[in-house]
Amino acid sequence: MEQLTELMEQAESQLNGASTLAELDEVRVHYLGKKGLITGQLKQLGKLPPEERKGAGQEINKAKQSLSSAIDARKLVLEEEALNERLQTEKLDISLPGRNMDTGSLHPVTRTAKRIEEIFMQLGFGVEVGPEIEDDYHNFTALNIPDHHPSRASHDTFYFDDGTLLRTHTSPVQIRTMENKEPPLRIIAPGRVYRCDSDVTHSPMFHQVEGLMVDKDVTFADLKGILEAFFKAFFEVDDLPTRFRPHYFPFTEPSAETDIQCVLCSGEGCKVCGNTGWIEVMGCGMVNPEVFRHVGIDPDVYTGFAFGFGIDRLAMLRYGIDDLRKLFDNDVRFLKQFR
Amino acid sequence: MRISEKWLREWVNPDATTDELAHQLIMSGTELDGIEPVASAFTNVVVGQIKTIEQHPDADRLRVCQVDVGTQELLQIVTNASVEAEQKVPVAMIGAQLPESDGKIFKIKKSKLRGVLSQGMFCGSETLGMGEANEGLLEVPTDAELGADLRQLLDLNDVVLDLDSTPNRADLLSVSGVAREVGVIMQSPVNEIKVPATDIKINDTIPVKISCDDLCQHFTGRIIRDVNTKAETPHWMKEKLRRMDVRSLSPVIDVTNYVMLELGQPLHAYDFDKLEGGIDVRNAQEGEKLTLLDGKELTLRADTMVIADDKKALSLAGIMGGLDSSVTNETSNIYIESAFFVPEKLMGKARSYGMHTDGSHRFERGVSLDLQVKGLERATQLIIEICGGKAGPITDIATRDDLTKREAIYYERSRTKRHLGIEVDDTRIEDIMTRLGCQVDVVDGGWMILPPVFRFDFATPEDIVEEIARIYGYDNIPAVLRPMEPLISIRPEAQVREESLQNVLVQRGYQEAITYSFVPPEIESLLTAGAEQIKLSNPISEELSVMRSTLWSGLIPALDKNVKRQQNRVRLFESGLSFQQSEEGLPEQRKKLAGAITGSLYPEQWGKDAKKVDFYDLKGDVEALLAEASGQKFEFVPVEHATLHPGQSAKIMLADRQVGLCGALHPALEKKLNLDQQVFVFELDLGFMNEKKLPKYSGLSAYPSTRRDLALLISRDISYNETYKVLKDLKINELVDNFVFDVYEGENVDFGQKSLALGLIFQDFSRTLAEEEITTHVDRIVATLKSELGAVLRKT
Repeated sequence: MEQLTELMEQAESQLNGASTLAELDEVRVHYLGKKGLITGQLKQLGKLPPEERKGAGQEINKAKQSLSSAIDARKLVLEEEALNERLQTEKLDISLPGRNMDTGSLHPVTRTAKRIEEIFMQLGFGVEVGPEIEDDYHNFTALNIPDHHPSRASHDTFYFDDGTLLRTHTSPVQIRTMENKEPPLRIIAPGRVYRCDSDVTHSPMFHQVEGLMVDKDVTFADLKGILEAFFKAFFEVDDLPTRFRPHYFPFTEPSAETDIQCVLCSGEGCKVCGNTGWIEVMGCGMVNPEVFRHVGIDPDVYTGFAFGFGIDRLAMLRYGIDDLRKLFDNDVRFLKQFR
Repeated sequence: MRISEKWLREWVNPDATTDELAHQLIMSGTELDGIEPVASAFTNVVVGQIKTIEQHPDADRLRVCQVDVGTQELLQIVTNASVEAEQKVPVAMIGAQLPESDGKIFKIKKSKLRGVLSQGMFCGSETLGMGEANEGLLEVPTDAELGADLRQLLDLNDVVLDLDSTPNRADLLSVSGVAREVGVIMQSPVNEIKVPATDIKINDTIPVKISCDDLCQHFTGRIIRDVNTKAETPHWMKEKLRRMDVRSLSPVIDVTNYVMLELGQPLHAYDFDKLEGGIDVRNAQEGEKLTLLDGKELTLRADTMVIADDKKALSLAGIMGGLDSSVTNETSNIYIESAFFVPEKLMGKARSYGMHTDGSHRFERGVSLDLQVKGLERATQLIIEICGGKAGPITDIATRDDLTKREAIYYERSRTKRHLGIEVDDTRIEDIMTRLGCQVDVVDGGWMILPPVFRFDFATPEDIVEEIARIYGYDNIPAVLRPMEPLISIRPEAQVREESLQNVLVQRGYQEAITYSFVPPEIESLLTAGAEQIKLSNPISEELSVMRSTLWSGLIPALDKNVKRQQNRVRLFESGLSFQQSEEGLPEQRKKLAGAITGSLYPEQWGKDAKKVDFYDLKGDVEALLAEASGQKFEFVPVEHATLHPGQSAKIMLADRQVGLCGALHPALEKKLNLDQQVFVFELDLGFMNEKKLPKYSGLSAYPSTRRDLALLISRDISYNETYKVLKDLKINELVDNFVFDVYEGENVDFGQKSLALGLIFQDFSRTLAEEEITTHVDRIVATLKSELGAVLRKT
């Protein structure tokens, strides 16, 4: 039995000395394997006198169990050390950027147009398009702007030799829609428009959204309601003040120009609003019966409103862009800001 | 039009501040471009008279003046202005404050100029905020009392309202018209001026004939003899004209301008002694010459109306007078014309000669038909007051005797609610209409409303709705978010949406560009091999003069501009119309989506090689776009295109239709365009790829699949497409998929050959395939590839 105690002491010191799982396994085999030293002790039980066998057997088994659990405990420790070491060696600098393709971006004008479309679609407006090279009829005559009318002068029209022109507003799309569809109508028509004018605040090409609603009972109060709701939704300002001023457009009557309170200074007055606290954003009005007559809609049955505003201007106000020309310069350093 | 508030208040004087007045005008539809003081806020400037002038002893350009400012002692003032003895001048006294344009205030102190005492300063027009730098010293009325305060003397506590009325409101182009409008919107009485008929002192008249009575419906005129054209325009008139931005020229012209500003009737005065015979209002003869007041000689067209005498054209009717018959300071007898020209007939005429005058501006919009005689009498009255003279009787020719008669409009009561969505009291409507100058009669269901003669924009019931809304106040109409019938605008699921295509490109690192639809003709020529171009007649510049037939015309320069701004990896796309001449009707305008890329495939980063984009990267992007039109079989076919590299370009076909193009730009073109880097481009016609097939479910096999790989050696001239076709034509049902996983040329592969590694996937729907079956299929594939394409298995 002294031998067993000795063996156990020896084994304990060896397993504590084992620094790897392999070394630990060697210890296990050395003492507890088939030919192990402690296993060997069991085999020698037969040599003992019968009355001692039971007691000795119990002792050896106890020792065996105790060594086995010590090895397991040691194994856990060594496994944890090994895992820790692995984790340590596999540690990465997670602050390094990920592999990437770099996503691009939509142009701020497109982004704004989509936002406008989204809001109007919730109000049941569909999206229409039309040609950009237009004829005089759809751009002017059908909109009640006769030849040489003074309001034509303000249009600064680009012409082609055959008398066709680049549309000066998106209003021809309302004509084309009314020519092809029956009321009730609720449409918007975003797109490019052109005017022969180029300076700091004018681009020869810019973007407008035209809107049209025709039904049996559309009123000026509805016009105000829908457009006020639009601007509040667009700028995400619930109590955004708007004001409608009388104006003149040949294709609407009554007509209005719409101002919103300056969204940059909240009406306090700043450079953008010319210290007036208001920003002009839109022209609108009730569809002139002459226009209805041109497209074969009976003005005694239907009324409607139409509106038009600049997408570029809304984009500039929304994103704080101070120079219209930046929009069409296509500098990627600018474009990348609109992710 | 610019209007002096003081002048306006002579006509109508509501109990309101300038800002309130301005606000009311704005909210009733007259835009206000600004409110400007008529002079700066200077103080302590008085009238002085120069008594003596001596040369400064030490400075050539300075003079020393003794100035009487109404006090006992004369002031000594040193000046560099050109002055004369006895001249009356504005004198800034010691202590005077003169605001400068930058907002600072210049204070006048007693000082020495080159050693000589100066006790004040003479003031120029610009210094006082009353004119330009080149105008010199401000002119002071000759009868001004010495020492009088200049602000009080000239009544300078006034502002100019810079009003911008809409083109339909011709009646707002005069002080009296604006006064009438203010009277309506502010419910304030208007003081009409009285214009008594002039005493007729002479009997001279000349015959007047209107040959073109569709253009001129009313002509009035009279002779005034013995007019002293050398007289001085009174200062009050000069000052009013100045505030309205009209330069004082000579008394007769000043009066005609004054009456135009006051009443809205443009007038013209002729030197009567230059007229030969009577007046004829007629069309010009084609090619007839006329030299205008501004010295420009016009060659007239026959569609232009002139005022002529028996021999020659005198003036361009309603636009500008002629030089030869104009009033000069030698003139003593004058003829004054006051007429009405039909707006629709005059529209565009001035502009067609590159002109725009105060007269044409008013006539084109409409001058009230009751103003001709009134204007003529008013001008006569003022001319005689200033210049003396004897007036002859008025010749008054009207083409019809009911010219001032207007048609009454029936206004149904229910219209107000129908158009505006609100009820307005009958009494309020009647009040508004009456104030606007209408005659209102109550009839069944509404009113008969007779508009005033001066309102050219007042002829339909909608015009009346507009006026009610305007005067009642747009602000008083509530904003109603009405309940609306749902209108679902259905977007077919099988439609390819532009938005999805844009998103594909954005996810693949493209920035969206928006370039002009008009481009330089040279670029179009290079990109389209000289195809016919659609040119603007009046472009902003040559650079922006032809319509793009391909979006590349804008995108490639935009890309290059970025590269030249040190961006060497650029990926741009744009969607928009391209324009092509068509046989008839409007040009063809097709929606395209185009892209251009250059530089490295990935943004420079630590974990990827800096590989440059190549054809296959571009093709991958294009395929991702085409995948949005799922279910459609697009084919890439080699193409010869002037813009593209012949070995690295393809047209994209859907059945027989070309959907688009992609490829590397032709190296020769890159050189011509002076590009710094290789550029790859694509363009798709969205109209040809706007449909996709809805997904259709098919069952999944429960049995395992088996993969076999083939490594083939094949001629490099045989395209992958041919290999693919051979596999397809074998029609082996169990071959469910096949793909290339490697293509290699170079070491260990003979020149002219390439190694092609194919992955073949076999599977059956009803059972697990036996090894021998697969081997049979593979052997057949290998044999066919050999017999058809000469491909051999690569020895490993």
